[in-house]
Amino acid sequence: MTSSLFEKLWQVHVISELGDSEYLLNIDRVFLHERTGSIALLSLEESGRTIASPENVFCTMDHIVSTRLGRNDNTEMPGGEKFIQATRQAAERAGIQLFDLTHPDQGIAHVVSPELGIAQPGITLVCPDSHTCTLGGLGALAWGIGSTNAEHALATNTLRVQKPKSMRVNFNGTLSDGVSAKDMIIHLISLLGTAGGSGYAVEFAGEAISNLSVEARLTLCNMAVEFSAFTGLVAPDEKTIEYVKGRPYAPSGEQWDKAVAHWQTLHSDPNARFDQEVNIDCKDIKHSVTWGTSPQDAMPANGQVPNPDELQDISSTRREAMQRALQYMALTPGDDINSVKIDAAFIGSCTNSRLSDLRLVADFLRGKKVADGVSAICVPGSSRVKREAEAEGIDKVLIDAGFEWRESGCSMCFYAGGETFGPNKRVISSTNRNFEGRQGPKTRTHIASPLTVAASACAGFIKSA
Amino acid sequence: MEKFITHTGIAAPLLRNNIDTDAIIPSREMKTVSKLGLCDGLFAVWRYLDEKARIPNPDFILNQPGYADASILISKRNFGCGSSREHAVWALKEYGFKCIIAESFGAIFYRNCIANGILPIQLSSEKIDQILRHKNNEIDIDLRSQKISFAGESVVFELAGNDRESLLEGLDPISSTLQLSEEINAFRNADQKKRTWLY
Repeated sequence: MTSSLFEKLWQVHVISELGDSEYLLNIDRVFLHERTGSIALLSLEESGRTIASPENVFCTMDHIVSTRLGRNDNTEMPGGEKFIQATRQAAERAGIQLFDLTHPDQGIAHVVSPELGIAQPGITLVCPDSHTCTLGGLGALAWGIGSTNAEHALATNTLRVQKPKSMRVNFNGTLSDGVSAKDMIIHLISLLGTAGGSGYAVEFAGEAISNLSVEARLTLCNMAVEFSAFTGLVAPDEKTIEYVKGRPYAPSGEQWDKAVAHWQTLHSDPNARFDQEVNIDCKDIKHSVTWGTSPQDAMPANGQVPNPDELQDISSTRREAMQRALQYMALTPGDDINSVKIDAAFIGSCTNSRLSDLRLVADFLRGKKVADGVSAICVPGSSRVKREAEAEGIDKVLIDAGFEWRESGCSMCFYAGGETFGPNKRVISSTNRNFEGRQGPKTRTHIASPLTVAASACAGFIKSA
Repeated sequence: MEKFITHTGIAAPLLRNNIDTDAIIPSREMKTVSKLGLCDGLFAVWRYLDEKARIPNPDFILNQPGYADASILISKRNFGCGSSREHAVWALKEYGFKCIIAESFGAIFYRNCIANGILPIQLSSEKIDQILRHKNNEIDIDLRSQKISFAGESVVFELAGNDRESLLEGLDPISSTLQLSEEINAFRNADQKKRTWLY
């Protein structure tokens, strides 16, 4: 019998079938953060229940923490320290590993869990955070849940899950120069829409995926939720195994060999069946940037802003949404996107803040300067990434170019920490969501790859490298 | 958890695609480590002309005559997409919403609705239009017969059997799962022998 990667991952974890496509799945690891994990821990305590396997539960501080140098528990958001302190105390009472503000491994949940080897191929990992799908890049079955379901996973080592359908997206051929995983996923979402993956576990496959680094695969899977997918997946290969090897929580010795033997079975068999299959020709993928307020509102980074009145085959709701987005973003149809002036540039987030992203940015910025009037900030994805980048002198290159260099956290990916570039400010951002108000009230967000962010920062206008 | 069997209420149309959980409750409105105290922040950006002073925006549906007491929300595609924050559901619930009708839902939001006793109903755009044509905004929802009735008309909807049972009975899924402890332990003991590196 032939199976897909998703089917294999699913079957390993099925405890029982509950009927009507609902299954009880074994959950191998749970990750929490101070924004939504705190409430799961407190609510669990209130119910008088305990964590079934505290050794498999990890917690970080990332969402609302300050990313300014010399930070402490105080946040720019009034009262944020209450979340931080409640999380710290609840984690201690529960006896779970906490990557606290001053811990050397503190960072964004989905950056920390792969770099420490907590996320591994073949495991189920859940976190009350929608971007948990990032970890599918390693071949883990990982997805975001709410706080109540996090409580369920903590109390029982299991979750009740409606089995999703399966989709495979084949990225055929090779990418053009400088086109990145970020451009690939934006391209897919703009092609099929933000609801395109609704109800599916999506495997990304094909030559271009094999050629991606593991960190780039994490970027790709990160935005599976922006495609409304249950999760994204990439089959683990030799690159993945090499990536996991030697990390602090990765298996070692005899256990390592057994793990690798299992991971090597985790791929879709030839002739595996999928409920839907999509083929994408990589030569159609350009440096992309979003123009609107949904990740599907994307365009080539050297194109013209689309005109909803000229599009024939769209619904009236979509036309209204486009008009509303253009108004929010203060753009006019037909505008050359390269003539759109920016106020700020942000490099960070669970999408694009890993060492490979920062290396790419530093290579581009070496000897260049951020344009006058552009506020540029780089926030490494974890404290470890920050240290490693500093050891390579990346911080110096960025600072010399005019970027501010920060402590790790989610930072200005969204307004949770209370920091924003300001109303009506136009930001080019290596993040994952361009929703209205996502980066602060009335802030205008253009999502792009780190390279496009760096190039735009130097140009002062939206521009690809 | 409170049971959902039938509900009669005012349906407020909020007819946009992709209403994300940041729009349902902005992050800055999640001020305490609690599931409560969130309903003032519901749809804050759209609902208020001045968020800080809480000056209502008269154009927003819930500020319009006859809709302040709405308990059913009607929307379009991909309602509740984006962030996993359960605060979006807690805020809707605290405001008084019992049911959300949409063409489709964000997956995590959908699960969060079920976990909190709110009924998410997925309907085709044609059926939604049929409800919207009806001018008297009060509609009846019966989960037992999976039927929405209004002005002598009705449409049927589908809900996965377990979710339906969970809402009808007001079940606490953690308690239900803990009753399966023996089966869970047997699975994990066997799994521990196979995937030794994870235990």
